[in-house]
Amino acid sequence: MEKSVFRIPIGPQHPFLKEPVKFDFDIRGEEIVGARMNLGYNHRGIEKACEQRNYYQCMYLLERVCGICSHSHTSAFVQAVEEIMNLEVPKRGLYLRMVNGELERLHSHLLWLGVAAHEVGFESLFMLVWRDRELIMDILEKISGNRVNYAINTIGGVRRDLTDAQRKEILGILKTVRQRLDYYAKIGTNEPSFVGRIKGVGTLSAERAAEMCAVGPFARASNVATDVRKDDPYACYAEMDFQLITHDSCDVLGRVIVRVLEMIESCKIIEQLLETLPEGEIALAKVSRRVPEGVAVSRYEAPRGEDVHFVRGNGTDKPERVRVRAPTMANLEVATESVIGSYVADIPIAIASIDPCYSCTDRMAIVLRDPKRGTEVTTWEQLRRRGIEWYSKNKGIRF
Amino acid sequence: MDVVKPLLYILVYPGLLFQLVFSTFLEWMDRKFYARMQNRRGPLHTGYAGLLQPVADILKLFFKEDIVPARADRFMFSLMPILGLAAVVTAGLYLPVWLVTPYNSFEGDLIVVLYLLSLPSLVLFLAGWFSVSPYSLIGATRVLTQLFAYEVPFFLALLTPAVVAGSWQIRTIAVYPWTSGAWWVIVIQVLAFLVALLTLQAKLERTPFDIPEAETEVVGGPLTEYTGKKLALFRIQKDILMMVGSAFIAALFLGGFPGGLWIGGLWLIVKTSFVVFLLSVIRASFARLRIDQIVTFSWKYLAPASLIQLLAVLILKGNGVI
Repeated sequence: MEKSVFRIPIGPQHPFLKEPVKFDFDIRGEEIVGARMNLGYNHRGIEKACEQRNYYQCMYLLERVCGICSHSHTSAFVQAVEEIMNLEVPKRGLYLRMVNGELERLHSHLLWLGVAAHEVGFESLFMLVWRDRELIMDILEKISGNRVNYAINTIGGVRRDLTDAQRKEILGILKTVRQRLDYYAKIGTNEPSFVGRIKGVGTLSAERAAEMCAVGPFARASNVATDVRKDDPYACYAEMDFQLITHDSCDVLGRVIVRVLEMIESCKIIEQLLETLPEGEIALAKVSRRVPEGVAVSRYEAPRGEDVHFVRGNGTDKPERVRVRAPTMANLEVATESVIGSYVADIPIAIASIDPCYSCTDRMAIVLRDPKRGTEVTTWEQLRRRGIEWYSKNKGIRF
Repeated sequence: MDVVKPLLYILVYPGLLFQLVFSTFLEWMDRKFYARMQNRRGPLHTGYAGLLQPVADILKLFFKEDIVPARADRFMFSLMPILGLAAVVTAGLYLPVWLVTPYNSFEGDLIVVLYLLSLPSLVLFLAGWFSVSPYSLIGATRVLTQLFAYEVPFFLALLTPAVVAGSWQIRTIAVYPWTSGAWWVIVIQVLAFLVALLTLQAKLERTPFDIPEAETEVVGGPLTEYTGKKLALFRIQKDILMMVGSAFIAALFLGGFPGGLWIGGLWLIVKTSFVVFLLSVIRASFARLRIDQIVTFSWKYLAPASLIQLLAVLILKGNGVI
């Protein structure tokens, strides 16, 4: 390291982080010249725990992968299980699932907008946005009974129906929300000190975003048109009329704009859903507790981006393997990289612009080599060689 | 009596006790204004309408553990909070309140006050420097960079009323609009007033100029390593700095506090609260600026604005209008 370069550690405990993750930034004066990221402080072993539980228990466990996009994780899991079991979910059930999903997108994006405002020290916007987020949270509480883990999904549909009065009430509240969103769109793109802080910060080119497989609003703000709801429509998104929002500024300003406009699109989707809500059952009456052998990959557009669940059933009532790829996993590395070249003051907002959720994404602990304590590190190369040797010796397989 | 009187001045009025009470009141005002502007309630439960909340916050800090980092310079680390507090309290002694003539008023006390008001920033820099932590060091360098940005416009802005009144004595400047009969000089100094407000905001390190202690990047800035009593002293210092700064701006630009004991005292509360209200409006309506943006803003807009104001006043003065 050069002498003029100074290393500033951020994390695992730091006021700008809501969850533990470690960043090391090399700074020269106020400029960042290098960045490294280290995960693994919050590994909870949810995937392994799923293997010891039946599918219904898994659903509630997976809901707890994330505190903000809890509905996304159950939806993705339930979709995969339904695909293995070949279930035809009633349309009303799918619609209600989508209503919940879009409401979740609304409250998650509002939460992010508040956090973004807080990261650049714009406390007033933070307070106002979070006040309006409560409107959405109230709707969610009314229709599901819970504010965070809604527990509304079940295999083959949803668990709670919507009354007509609730439907009208939600449509009324959404009108207010849309007015407020227009106001925030105006502030977010016009307030000079706010725009001054987010314009040209954390730039990520469209090529790099596509190359690093960035997902969600983060990629869309770099002008990569990726959205599972459009690319590979699940539930009834193919019937909905909404726009895929992209922006070509490739910076945090673009991410603010994309998210605010996306919220307006979400409002539109919910209005369409509620106005054309089909009659009928909300869930299949009888679903077998055993899931046949088979695999399924399910993609779901969570508020933060594409959420992928892989499920392998083995004919019992417990999954053989569940694999979760939360959207933060896809974005975190390229977001860390996008900080290089900007100022120290831009670190929080540049990292926060992906709406990170570390505990969703954490999956391994890294043990550093420590000769004193005798801990050794097995490298990937050693592990591979050991595997090849073991299989050729014991199973006679040649690679 | 010769010994008791100055002691009373220093410890009771207009010294430590009065300043403590008034500054915590102003902090409460500021928190209330700020909260209402964000659609919140602000402090509510401690005392009537939360009036005692700032006092409770400071008292709580006094009972917290007092830690000095192992690698920090123990003496300097402990000296800094006392030094900063002493500087602002001394500056407050020159407030032209109640006593129509403060006991230590003299020709040139404006310069002394400006000097004393610069000290807290330097103290903050040294506090960060001697705590030897990456966050403190970054915060400390930012304090100093920011100091170079706002100090010159601040001095230039406070020079304007002095030029108008033709005096370096705060009392004379404050009563000038009333003694000369030309009350409208208050109106023509609006530009300098605004510059003074913004630079005072920067001196107090409040949004949009709070980059030295931006909690989302450098934790607590220069004060990251401070805890307990020492942190409490810094908080008192900041409160008193806000009170003294706002009171001086009210005295210099808003026509002082005329009317003797009771009416003058009332004017002090009303006008200082008004300045604090304006400071809270600024705090509520902007995002935090980056350090390079602050320096550019100060030298591109604030410094020229204060120079134009000074020039205008000088021309008016030269033509005998004032």
